[in-house]
Amino acid sequence: MSKLGQTPSQTVGPYFAYGLTPTQYGYPLKSAAGPEVEGLAEAGGPRIRLEGRVLDGQGAVIEDAMLEIWQADAQGRYPGAPGGANSGFTGFARCGTGTAPDKSYRFETVKPGCAEPGSAPHINMIVFSRGLLSHAYTRVYFDDEATANNSDPVLALVPKDRRNTLIAKRLETDQGIVYCFDIRMQGDGETVFFDL
Amino acid sequence: MTDSLSPRDWASHPAYIDPGYKSTGLRGPKQPLIKLPTGLGEGLGPHFGQEHVFGHDADLTRNGRVNGEPQGERIIVTGRVLDEDGRAIPNTLVEIWQANAAGRYVHSKDQHDAPLDPNFFGAGRCATDDQGVYQFKTIKPGAYPWPNHFNAWRPNHIHLSLFGPSLGTRLVTQMYFPGDPLLALDPIFLATPEGARDRLVADFAIDVTQEAYALGYRFDIVLRGRNATPMED
Ligand SMILES: [Fe+3]
Repeated sequence: MSKLGQTPSQTVGPYFAYGLTPTQYGYPLKSAAGPEVEGLAEAGGPRIRLEGRVLDGQGAVIEDAMLEIWQADAQGRYPGAPGGANSGFTGFARCGTGTAPDKSYRFETVKPGCAEPGSAPHINMIVFSRGLLSHAYTRVYFDDEATANNSDPVLALVPKDRRNTLIAKRLETDQGIVYCFDIRMQGDGETVFFDL
Repeated sequence: MTDSLSPRDWASHPAYIDPGYKSTGLRGPKQPLIKLPTGLGEGLGPHFGQEHVFGHDADLTRNGRVNGEPQGERIIVTGRVLDEDGRAIPNTLVEIWQANAAGRYVHSKDQHDAPLDPNFFGAGRCATDDQGVYQFKTIKPGAYPWPNHFNAWRPNHIHLSLFGPSLGTRLVTQMYFPGDPLLALDPIFLATPEGARDRLVADFAIDVTQEAYALGYRFDIVLRGRNATPMED
């Protein structure tokens, strides 16, 4: 039997905010998900903030992008995995780049643990924006996990000189641990995007 | 055991850079994508379904109502969410946003000089049932101008966002209306590979239409399915 054709992707456009991130942008509809992963109390491990900016091919900050993250908890358990997290931890959050003064995104979450033998801790990320016709998948790794990163099978698929585009930088601030991760859509230092 | 996901079909989805849609020029990735194997995190995904639908979320003619009916043509949109093998995708969330009948979004950045409707918000959500069927009520959105090129107008469209069962089945798309003359001129619609464009256009459906109340449209949505493997279950 022949397969049905996939419904094509289309851009989220400039006006996604009141449909997808209404609470964050102050519209009167409750968002399905916000910038803080739900169930953090049950996720174990230290809280972190993941933040950064989305930049275009000329280095200009993109103010109408939306990011989604999907991750394992501090023990490396994905929600829904066999034998995985049986808790309120949803592993998912969503943030638009239009509300912070510097147009950065800011996620509140925990640092994920190692989810599969041999793989380094990472957060899966999806990028949407006006001007992006199909969403883009990337991954956020951590600069304080150098040993695990060196043996990660997905990082090994990435040309050596581009791996640094996938590694967030740890900062200790008075507000806690922050990992900085800018996304460059194209040009010098273009972030590695995956075909998932 | 996790079934592996069928590939994202790039003969169906728009390329990142499209000369007709100007904003893609600086925003679409230019380096080749790196093929990501379906690991644990890719085979699983966030769960959003019926439990995220509240009150009048699925009736956009009601969820923004203040003191009367919203202006414009009431419509009912329904369809099935399926995978590529035609299997229903049950209990998955569909998020919806759109312009009002005059072609104006509630969004604070929309400066189009067309009236806002005090009784229409233009965003909502619904979820598929166990047969994969979703349905929502709304007002037919108007066309609106945009600055892509001289005299550029977006065809009537409704934005839709779906999760499906895994990270890889995520989809954000737009539903268009049959017979819209702007489709032939719209760089976003035309950026879609030609053979896949008709999948973005709903069918008018008299059987969905409700007597003396609203016109009906049917729009099926196909998400990625499982890989074709000799394994049978
Ligand atoms: Fe639109």
